[in-house]
Amino acid sequence: MFDDPNVVLHCEKIDKIYPGTKALDQVSFDLLKGKVNVLIGENGAGKSTLMKMIAGIEQPSAGKMYMDGEEVFFKDTNAARAKGIGIIHQELSLFPNMTVYQNIFIGHEKKNGFFLNDREHRKGSDVILKRLEHEIAADTMVGDLRVGQQQMVEIARNLIQDDLRVLIMDEPTSSLSAAEVKVLFKIMRELLEQGISIVYISHRLEEIMEIGDHVTVLRDGKYVADADIKDIELSWIVKNMVGKNTQYHRFERTIDLDHAEKVLEMKDICLPKQGGGYLLDHVNMYLKKGEVLGIYGLLGAGRSELFECLMGMHPEHTGEVIFEGKPIKISSISSQISKGFALVPEDRQRQGLIQTLDICKNASIASMSKFRKGPFLNKKAEESAVDDEIRDIHIKVADKNLPILSLSGGNQQKVVIAKGLLTNPTVFLMDEPSRGIDIGAKTEVFEIIHEFSERGLSIIVISSELKEIMAIADRIYVLSNGKCTAELSGDEITEDGLVRASYAGLGTGASAEA
Amino acid sequence: MTLLKGRTFIVLIVLVIFFSFASKSFLSATTLTMVAKHVALYGILALGMTFVIITGGIDLSVGSVVGLTGMLAGGLIQEGLTIGGKTIYFSVPLIILFMMIFGCLIGLINGLIVTKLNVAPFIATLGTMYICRGFANLRSGGTTFSSIAGYEGLGNTGFKMLGSVIAGIPTGVYVFAVLAVIGAILLKKVPFGWYVLAVGGNEKSARLSGIKADKIKILVYIISGFCAAWVGMINTAQLSAAHPASGDGWEMNAIAATVLGGTSMAGGSGTIIGTIVGAFVIGVINDGMTMCGVSEFWQKVIRGCVIILAVVIDQTQRNLQAKMALQARNENK
Repeated sequence: MFDDPNVVLHCEKIDKIYPGTKALDQVSFDLLKGKVNVLIGENGAGKSTLMKMIAGIEQPSAGKMYMDGEEVFFKDTNAARAKGIGIIHQELSLFPNMTVYQNIFIGHEKKNGFFLNDREHRKGSDVILKRLEHEIAADTMVGDLRVGQQQMVEIARNLIQDDLRVLIMDEPTSSLSAAEVKVLFKIMRELLEQGISIVYISHRLEEIMEIGDHVTVLRDGKYVADADIKDIELSWIVKNMVGKNTQYHRFERTIDLDHAEKVLEMKDICLPKQGGGYLLDHVNMYLKKGEVLGIYGLLGAGRSELFECLMGMHPEHTGEVIFEGKPIKISSISSQISKGFALVPEDRQRQGLIQTLDICKNASIASMSKFRKGPFLNKKAEESAVDDEIRDIHIKVADKNLPILSLSGGNQQKVVIAKGLLTNPTVFLMDEPSRGIDIGAKTEVFEIIHEFSERGLSIIVISSELKEIMAIADRIYVLSNGKCTAELSGDEITEDGLVRASYAGLGTGASAEA
Repeated sequence: MTLLKGRTFIVLIVLVIFFSFASKSFLSATTLTMVAKHVALYGILALGMTFVIITGGIDLSVGSVVGLTGMLAGGLIQEGLTIGGKTIYFSVPLIILFMMIFGCLIGLINGLIVTKLNVAPFIATLGTMYICRGFANLRSGGTTFSSIAGYEGLGNTGFKMLGSVIAGIPTGVYVFAVLAVIGAILLKKVPFGWYVLAVGGNEKSARLSGIKADKIKILVYIISGFCAAWVGMINTAQLSAAHPASGDGWEMNAIAATVLGGTSMAGGSGTIIGTIVGAFVIGVINDGMTMCGVSEFWQKVIRGCVIILAVVIDQTQRNLQAKMALQARNENK
């Protein structure tokens, strides 16, 4: 029926219906042979869902798939694998309790008769990891590895398949360092030379321009456009993704920050690193009332640690913290919250939310003590406070008693923000508030930041994305290897300046990869 | 070397030394044979339990399965099987085969309830625990089958072999040894063992890797039921009688032995050798205290303390190792 030598797999009008939503709507997709097929779209656009169909993890509600001119149907992952389709999952799907070689070969064990041939496994694991330029001992427990190394193991798992024809990579670089991304791209090019076709999903647009051959854009479960990368520019992708041409615009400030008082001052903050050195190395900073302060830096520069110190998670830190004119002693998280500090943590799922609670409880949990009537919970006060907050920052919820996981990533993040705001903070700390949410939700989060700063809330924002931090911050400190290497404000804030400063702390002895 | 890494092994040695001083007769052949007999019983149960706990489950029914298989075996020998007015007596090998199948069947039921009906393992096996105990009593109306020697004329003698001593070692110990070797092979040397670890470590990933998680879970309960059936038979043979209350509470000994052996209750890790050591610790404490004349009531208190202490020591040790590994990694950077 369908036969095109340049197409390794063809999806014809795929529908996927989940209870209540249509995740994929008549999507047709050609997987080009020996090319990097990029799939792009906002969160919830249906990229991962489409890939799940191709990898046999889920089955389409309607529509057909063709390989080599024949219709195929994958009832499970084994069926897809038999056709040479491998997938690297967005969330690591490894076994932390097992060794590197077990993780790599599970499902494809090499055997002598009935018995596992562990010598072969160890050898195979060494060979494949060497190829990935990550020589990790085969007997290491995967749980003991860094996230980047784990990602490499995940990639290695797929490469041992001899008959691999299609490799799906769902955001493989989200936890890799720049050096590791380089290795990954090298491997991808090798795979292409072997005639393997790659599907690549990523939010990092620069990466897509570098490695991609052909791009397909999805929006709200529908096909929008596709094109060869060489024919297009970044703005084409962004325009098709969001449907309208959004650029982060700089917010105009009405507050006169020059004459605002300092609400928070940190002097000589040090946090020792386990095994010598400093995570924070004599850091000096201040924050004015109503100011949006940005903190930029590479992964591991000490940004999150700074927030953790302020929130009382590292009572062992040294230095002086002056809050509203008085020196304070930071002893515990709860005392910091009652003083007026609130944190939106970096890892929404693990640190920000309690998945088993509903939306309302997730928002109110940090300020429970305020909603009391004697020893009892004042449900009315709690609900009305949460309702106000939902309205105030425009969280899209049908019912606040629904499970938190029923919300999209962006709305989940807003619940975490609401939780922080409900504690009535004086200083609001936001660690990567736009991570893992789509551009639309990002813009809304930035609007919240702007609006609350105009109302006089002092906010510190950590971000790894240059454009974002330049758009929202009034002033930016750059951290590098635990040291504060630059303080920039107004016109001094340039991409070049930020990037240079972020490497400035990496002197001799420290590697850029850390 | 794996033994030395486990603090439980050191606890075992300390216990043996302590009891050999505390009671002069502890290191005698008679006592050691008795300890070995008991260790074999807890040990076999713990072998099956190890597989179940590694997958993140638990099997509370094993003690009752011990009682029920004992009663069924004893009943088949003493009374035979009456169908339509005719009574059939089976030979001992056949009875053993039936019991093995029966144990697997209970395991299969546990596994199906856990996987297909989605009942938490604790609840599912709590239910089958009561059911099996009930049937054990119903089989005889609560009385004991005491003629399990069989009748020469019916050709069903020989069951007591399972409870006797061959070349100075109780038969149960041989069974324990054989099952332990099979268990170790299953866990370490064939893909099944990887799948068990994988299901316990990250069930979702296991499914994504093409592992049939439900099948693996059902299989571990079958292994556990199989082991419990053997204990039921050996115990009956050792006592020369089948009593419906046999094995009451033994699931706890099996769980204790498994956990002492380093198997994590959260699933994902555990070894057969560890479980064997754990079974010895439980056996040595129980019999050692009896030898020393410690009252039954105090025995329980002390047993509880030893279990908690041994696991705490083990965890402290592991945390320390993890910290050292982290430090080494930081320094390498």
